[in-house]
Parts: sequence; C-alpha cells; structure tokens
Amino acid sequence: MSADTAAQPTTPDTEEAGAMAPNAAVRRRRKKGMESEDKAGPLWAIGAWILTLAFFAPVAWMVITSLHIEADAASNPPSVFAPITFENYGDLFDRNVLPYLLNSLIASGVSTLLVLVLAVPAAYALSIRPVEKWTDVMFFFLSTKFLPPIAALLPIYLIVQNTGMLDNIFTLVILYTSMNLPIAVWMMRSFLIEVPVAILESASLDGAGLLRTLISVVAPIAAPGIAATSLICFIFSWNEFMFAVNLTSVDAATSPIFLVGFISSQGLFLAKLCAAATLVSLPVLIAGFAAQDKLVRGLSLGAVK
Amino acid sequence: MTATTSEATDATEPSYGARNSPKRDRSEVWRRRGPLLPALIFTIIVTQLPFLITLAISLLDWNIQRPPEKSFLGLGNYQAFAGFSNFATVFTDDRLRTAVLNTVILTASVVVVSALLGLAMAVLLDRKFPGRGLARTLLIAPFLVMPVAGALLWKHALYNPDYGLFNGTLNWIWQLFGAEEGPIVDWISSMPMPAVIAALVWQWTPFMMLILLAGLQSQPSDVLEAAKIDRASPVQIFRHITLPHLRRYIELATLLGSVYIVQTFDAIFTITQGGPGSATTNLPYEIYLTMFRKFEYGEAAAAGVVVVLGTIIVATFALRTISSLFNEENA
Repeated sequence: MSADTAAQPTTPDTEEAGAMAPNAAVRRRRKKGMESEDKAGPLWAIGAWILTLAFFAPVAWMVITSLHIEADAASNPPSVFAPITFENYGDLFDRNVLPYLLNSLIASGVSTLLVLVLAVPAAYALSIRPVEKWTDVMFFFLSTKFLPPIAALLPIYLIVQNTGMLDNIFTLVILYTSMNLPIAVWMMRSFLIEVPVAILESASLDGAGLLRTLISVVAPIAAPGIAATSLICFIFSWNEFMFAVNLTSVDAATSPIFLVGFISSQGLFLAKLCAAATLVSLPVLIAGFAAQDKLVRGLSLGAVK
Repeated sequence: MTATTSEATDATEPSYGARNSPKRDRSEVWRRRGPLLPALIFTIIVTQLPFLITLAISLLDWNIQRPPEKSFLGLGNYQAFAGFSNFATVFTDDRLRTAVLNTVILTASVVVVSALLGLAMAVLLDRKFPGRGLARTLLIAPFLVMPVAGALLWKHALYNPDYGLFNGTLNWIWQLFGAEEGPIVDWISSMPMPAVIAALVWQWTPFMMLILLAGLQSQPSDVLEAAKIDRASPVQIFRHITLPHLRRYIELATLLGSVYIVQTFDAIFTITQGGPGSATTNLPYEIYLTMFRKFEYGEAAAAGVVVVLGTIIVATFALRTISSLFNEENA
C-alpha cells in the first residue's frame, strides 16, 4: 500500500479549516503512526530474514556442495568455505547428462507449445465469444486436474506398451500436454477476459476471422499472459517424474531419471549428486523467478490473482 | 459441481456479440464451439478414457505372472471376472490398509504444517522490510527445485548420518562446546515418516505462502485503515478482519495442496522406497508396487479407483471454493 492511498482519506479534512482543525490534526498524527505500521520494524525484518534463510539453506547447501571436491563435501563437521571447483559439472557431461537434458527440453518445450495451440483458442471460446454453458466446461477442465495420475498409469502403460510407444518421448509430450491443459485454459481465460471488448469489436467489423483475430489482436495484448502460462507449463512438465520413470528407460529418459540413476554408483558421490541436482533444477529456477508475479495465478489455476 | 455453477451461466450472459437474434442460428453456435473443440476432445480422450479402463480392470482378476485366459481389449490377457473382490482386498489387505492410513497421515501433516508455516511467512512478507523482494524470490526456490532433486538432496546431503548437514551441524555445535563428537542420528531409519513429511513441508510451504500472500494483499485497504483509526490492536485486526478475509484463501490453499500432496510419489520413491517395511508406503507408491512388483493389475486398478474416490471428496470442496471465488469475479 503506497503513501498516496494512505493520504487520501485525510485530504478533505485538512482542506476544511476552522472548526474541523483539531480533528484533522489528530487524524494527521494517526496517519503517521499508520505509515510506520505498514513498514516492518527491525525485529520483524530480522525474523523474516532468519526464516527465509533457514528455508533457503538446503538450496544454498546444494549449490555450495556442488562446488566442492568429494572429500570436502563429505567432511564432518561440514566445511562451508572449502576451495571451489567446477569439476563436478564437467564430470556430469562426461557421464552423458546431455541426452537427458535434451529429452526434458523436448518433452517440456513441445508439450508447452501444444498446450498453447489448444488452450488459447479454447480460452477464447470460454471468455471473449463464450459457448453456451461455458462455466460447466471450465469446471470440467478443472476437475480433470484433480484426478490422481497414478490411477491412470496402468491403462496408459498398457496402451503405450501395445502401441510400441514405450520409451518414446512423444508419449511424454502427449501426457504432459493433457496434464497442463486445464491449468493453461484457466490461466489464459483469466488473461483474455482482460482484453478490451472494443478492440475485438473493431477487429470483427474489419472482417477479421478467428485466426486473424487471435494472432494479430488477442495475442499481442495477451502476450504477457501467454508467456506466464508457458513458463508454468514448462515448470510442471520439466519436473514430472512418475510417468517419466515408468514409461521411459533409455532413449526417452528425462533429467529426473538421470538423477535417480545416479545413486547406484559406489563411493563418494555427494558433490556430483548436488551438481546434477543444481544443473537439472536451474532451468526451472530461472523460469520460476521470471514468472514469479504470475506464479500464484498458475498454482491456484487462475482463481487467485 | 454442475449444480453449483449452472446459476453463474445465466448470471453472466455473454457480453459481446451475443444478441444478434433471439434465436441464435446454428452456424453461429458452432462457430463459437469450434475453437474449444480440439482442447475438449483431447482432454476427454487422454484423461477420461484411462479412468474408464481402470474402472473396468478393477473388476478383473489379472496377474500377468499367471497363465493368461481372456483378452482385455487387446491390451493384455486376464484370468477371470472378479466382481468386487479386488475392492475387498484393498480394504482388508494389511499392506493396502497401511497405505491408506499412511496417505492420510502424510497428507494431513504436510498440509497442516506447511499451511501454518506458509501463513507465518505470508504475514511476515506482507510488510515492507529491506530486501523483501529478494526474500520472496528465495522462498519460492524450494517449490521450484525439481521434486526428485529436492528429495535426493534431503536424503543424502541433509539426512545422511555420516556427512549430512543436520548431523554435521550438531557435531559442529557439540565440538564448539568442547565435546568430542556430536550425536549421530540416523534420521531416515529412526523416524522415516517425519523425515518424509519434513522434506515435503519444505517443498510445499512456498505454495501455501504464495496463495496466502495474494490473499493478504487483496485485503481492502480502507477497512484496515478504518480499524487502525479505531485503535484496533494488530492482533485484533488479524483476528477479526484479516482471518475472515483470508478464510477462502486458506481453504483454497489447503484443498488444492491436499489434492496435490495425496499424489506424492517422487519423495517416497526417492527417500524411503516406502520403507522401512511399509512404514512410509502411501497409496500411489503402493499402487506402483502392486503394478510393477506384484503384477496384480486388478488390485492396482481397484486401489486406483479408491484414490480417485477419495480425491473426488476433497476436490468437491476445492471446486466449491474455487467456484465461489470465480463467480464473485465474474458477477
């Protein structure tokens, strides 16, 4: 809350001089007190930062450990300030992490594109030119998000096995698309209802068809929304594990599978494990920080802005 | 859910291009439906079809290690029609009953603890302090770190009895006070369920915090100011203004959180493999074991149906909360 809005209620009082003056003076004094309340005191700030750092500590520890040699990583008591090295990251590429990252990129990237191609027109038909019973359709999409994927694993496994699609990245693309489509429809709708009606009306008067309207009128206005939606779909598919571990083995294995396969190796591995965990989490951390203002809209399926 | 939302359909008549003629012609109806259909058809096929198949398999006696008898839709061969005996097994078999119980304990603990922590953080972050933006960014990180990576991090870098950060820190503090060596706690073996819960709380608190913070920041500022002018104490304001306003956001966060946390698979698979014994086996992990270790397809499908039914109960409440937020916005 800014100082402007806090000041608003008191301005009429201060303008009315004379009889109202004492009252106005009292209010002004209270207003000062209010402002200092909105700002946190030093204790508040210290408490907030202690809690924040405690929560962030495991992530920080992961990054720090990834930059140490194995002997320092496994030392007890922990050696935080041991010399820094990047050899663990180099080692990951020797162990062929690249195909896994590439598979993750294809599964997440292609499914996100597919989600947008399906979700943007659908959101249009649920907001700008709504079909009849559009709320029911919205809630149908939402309800599919609530079905636990584990209950669908067996039939999906049988179908995929019988169609020779096991260990095929395209299988993950389809599944991730269906997993993210409801989120994208809800998010995109919440962005599209913000598109001004007048602009759409003038486009339709100019004789623009659906595709033209979507591409040259709606898309530019909704671009930030489309970007946020894509980032959130990307995050969820990049992190997905249950389908990936059960439906892929070698050719289509994604980065979480690389991480799990890592453990079987003998000897000290903590530093390399932390390097791998940092590396595979990095794209999502970047995407998440980029989308953090819109993150809550995606997590709440568009219910909260 | 149709009942709760159908009123909204009437209330929010399409605002634009709707009233061409009292009787909308067919081509206009289909022109409106057109853009929706690809997404709708795709979703029906990919999400509803598997559940129908799961429902069918749950009625079959099907173990792929026993000799095949009849073909099921060309997807495999089952032994016999079993009626509801798989469901009887789900509710009487010790392992599955344990899994149901573990799922409830795990989900409830994670949701309650992370919601309380998330609320505390949201309240802290609702005020201005130096570096608030950075603090918020750092707090989101645990939710973004790949869940498998997070689980491995907790298992090996934090919980490990020999070189994990927890015992390492204890050791450091003990040595600081002149002791030879700190206590050696084998966190995962001695307290497997709390160990899994702690890792999941860490992962889910940012989720709760983000939704609750959005709720706090959507409070009408004039009400808060009026309360302050009336000299209401911060505790009174929180208790009588903020909490009632926040109620629906708390509902939303806990219900959505429950729906997602019931599905937990990554953390169990990575940290404990459901063990020791079946101490941390939840339903998703048990279904996975029944499917790929015991090869009992019928039982796995029946357990899947049970999970879906349980989720529907929670989801109904979640949908009600979302639809009340949704209708308010579209009113």
